[in-house]
Amino acid sequence: MLQVEPVAVPGAPLARRNPVAKLAAALVFSVLLIATLDPVAPAIAIAVELALLPLFGVRYRVLARRAAPLLVGAVGILVTLVLFAADRSGTTLVAAGPVLVTSGVLVTALGLVLRMFAVALPGVIVFATTDPTDLADALIQNARAPARFAIGALAAFRLVPLLAEEWQMISMARRARGVDAGRNPVARLRLFASTAFALLVGAIRRGTRLAVAMDARGFDAGTPRTVARRQRFTVADGLLVAGAAALAGAALAVSVALGTFRPLIG
Amino acid sequence: MSGVWVRGFGWRHAGRKRWAVRGVDLRVERGERVLLLGPSGAGKSTLLAALAGLLPEDSGEQEGTVEVDGVDPRKDRERVGIVFQDPQTQLVMARSGDDVAFGLENRGVPADEIWPRVDAALRRVGFPYHRDRPTAALSGGEQQRLALAGALALRPGLLLLDEPTANLDPAGADLVRAAIAGALDEDTTLVLVEHRVAEALPLVDRVVVLEPGGGVRADGPPETVFAAHGDALAAEGVWVPGRPVPSRRARTPAGAPLLTADRLGLPPRLAATELRVRAGEALAVRGPNGAGKSTLALLLGGLLRPGTGRVTAGADLAGRDARTPPHRWRAPALARRIGSVFQDPEHQFVTATVRDELALGPRRTGRPEEAVRATVDGLLERLRLTRLAGANPYTLSGGEARRLSVATALATAPRLLICDEPTFGQDRRTWLELLDLFADLRDAGHGVVTVTHDPDFVAALADRTVVLSRADATGPAPADRTVGGDDAPG
Repeated sequence: MLQVEPVAVPGAPLARRNPVAKLAAALVFSVLLIATLDPVAPAIAIAVELALLPLFGVRYRVLARRAAPLLVGAVGILVTLVLFAADRSGTTLVAAGPVLVTSGVLVTALGLVLRMFAVALPGVIVFATTDPTDLADALIQNARAPARFAIGALAAFRLVPLLAEEWQMISMARRARGVDAGRNPVARLRLFASTAFALLVGAIRRGTRLAVAMDARGFDAGTPRTVARRQRFTVADGLLVAGAAALAGAALAVSVALGTFRPLIG
Repeated sequence: MSGVWVRGFGWRHAGRKRWAVRGVDLRVERGERVLLLGPSGAGKSTLLAALAGLLPEDSGEQEGTVEVDGVDPRKDRERVGIVFQDPQTQLVMARSGDDVAFGLENRGVPADEIWPRVDAALRRVGFPYHRDRPTAALSGGEQQRLALAGALALRPGLLLLDEPTANLDPAGADLVRAAIAGALDEDTTLVLVEHRVAEALPLVDRVVVLEPGGGVRADGPPETVFAAHGDALAAEGVWVPGRPVPSRRARTPAGAPLLTADRLGLPPRLAATELRVRAGEALAVRGPNGAGKSTLALLLGGLLRPGTGRVTAGADLAGRDARTPPHRWRAPALARRIGSVFQDPEHQFVTATVRDELALGPRRTGRPEEAVRATVDGLLERLRLTRLAGANPYTLSGGEARRLSVATALATAPRLLICDEPTFGQDRRTWLELLDLFADLRDAGHGVVTVTHDPDFVAALADRTVVLSRADATGPAPADRTVGGDDAPG
């Protein structure tokens, strides 16, 4: 289930920062880390992220729950590399038929898993500490995003939790009509596709009705919009972005100094 | 000042052969309060959308003109506010106050005027919470009040209401009507479309009846219009006040139990409930919003796994399968025994035509093609759907979709029929047809369970009533009690 509500302790010093600043900081931090393939820089980055977490007012337990889906990705990386890695140097650990696990394979896999966490966690933290309405407001006011896009996405976002409910309803209604798949995998796939189609049809109809209602209240009618909730981008917000860049740069610098740095390109 | 002037207006949606509305001449003076009536398909909603300026020129073909204060409402929408039927799809923001502010922001109202106007609008509709209240935490009636506040905050000279209470339970509908009554002032012109005429009459001083073929059939004070056209309108499905509906209580005692619920519950949605449905009886399930009525219907229908207690099928219903609970039956077996009709008919549609929709159940349960055709033709005829046999179920009107959803549940000839709010938002004609249909089924020895807020339907049909209380309320589980007709007002 998609979790959308912010969970930060209100008033935590970094959670209160402008949503656009938080988003920019996360992007800067992640993009810099993508530049290297080594495990050291991401490991430092993860340490920094975890150390800063209290300043965002997010509990470790909450972060663990929200980041849990990343574990699936981690397992995927591990399995793929064990099966398909080209570089099988180092000490042999397990040799079972075509599966040859060496220390080289594990180091590469570890590097990739760390990198994925280091890059994804800033995003998880930003969305855990940001109210969607505030984000849309800040995108319009501080990042000059078109209101048509930001408010439109916000309104659509509000309907997302309804989709899960709707899916359950459609599935039950199908069962009531005598439609089920039993154990046949092909029938299952077809039932899934037809349920998804019904969900889509319903979502489009609902979206259309919402669009008409927004239209009726003058949305996107060409009149210059005013804002009811002011979002400010202050010096502190600028410092947050600069700090994120500095920390990511420092992680890369340590990696270069230790000689582990492996650039993505080249 | 807002005056409405409609001259020779007609509208045909792009790609349709039929005009949605045609030949309408109408003049509404400032401050008048008009109830717009007509049989379903007469084009009430289309006319309202035209008044709100919500029919873009490229979305269809227009005849005649529509003016609000001498201006085409498409060009200047500032004068008009509209509230629609479905609360879910007209709230935009996550917090109540932000939602009212949304329209003000769009109109470019200066920032320092926005919040005072939001608070004034919320007060005007009697909104009981702080403006930070999440819109998702509001009941349907409260959400509609908020939608009304969102329209009123823009100070429209013309307020349009398109069945604002049709999706609400009686308590929620009362809330909204009270808010409308309290919010109107002599400067606001009102045009209201509403099925439930008796409840809407206190809000209006003039009734306009649209003719389905085109034009205006009647126009004047409510008493005059209903004296002259009441019988014809009632026959066409309009809920004309003062016309009682027939009673169809069972004449023979109920038979063997079909389904028994022991301490059946699903916390936190439904508290443990005892209940028994017999053959040849119509059972009504009532209770406030949040009591878990729909959940109970799904549990009895074998569509949800019980959280506590169990559902046991009688041998009459399930034969040798009576030892397994209904939620573990295979779907075709379930459809043969228990028919479920959902609150939203569209959830149930699986195929591309009305005919296929009706044939689906019988085919899944393995009936021969000859028998399937006979069943389908019989149901099409019985529920006035023959003309629509080739139509896509998603294009049907509300009444047609409801009749189809009931027909699909009956197509497999189940012994037990379970319906969730079957009469919601239905016109008088469909309502009476459903009453007759359910009563005939019951008299033929079927069991009928109706989850409903509709006191008239309970009074006319139900042989027994189970009243649920809210799952979070303390006290003993509601007993399966027999109630006479006197508990149902009206």
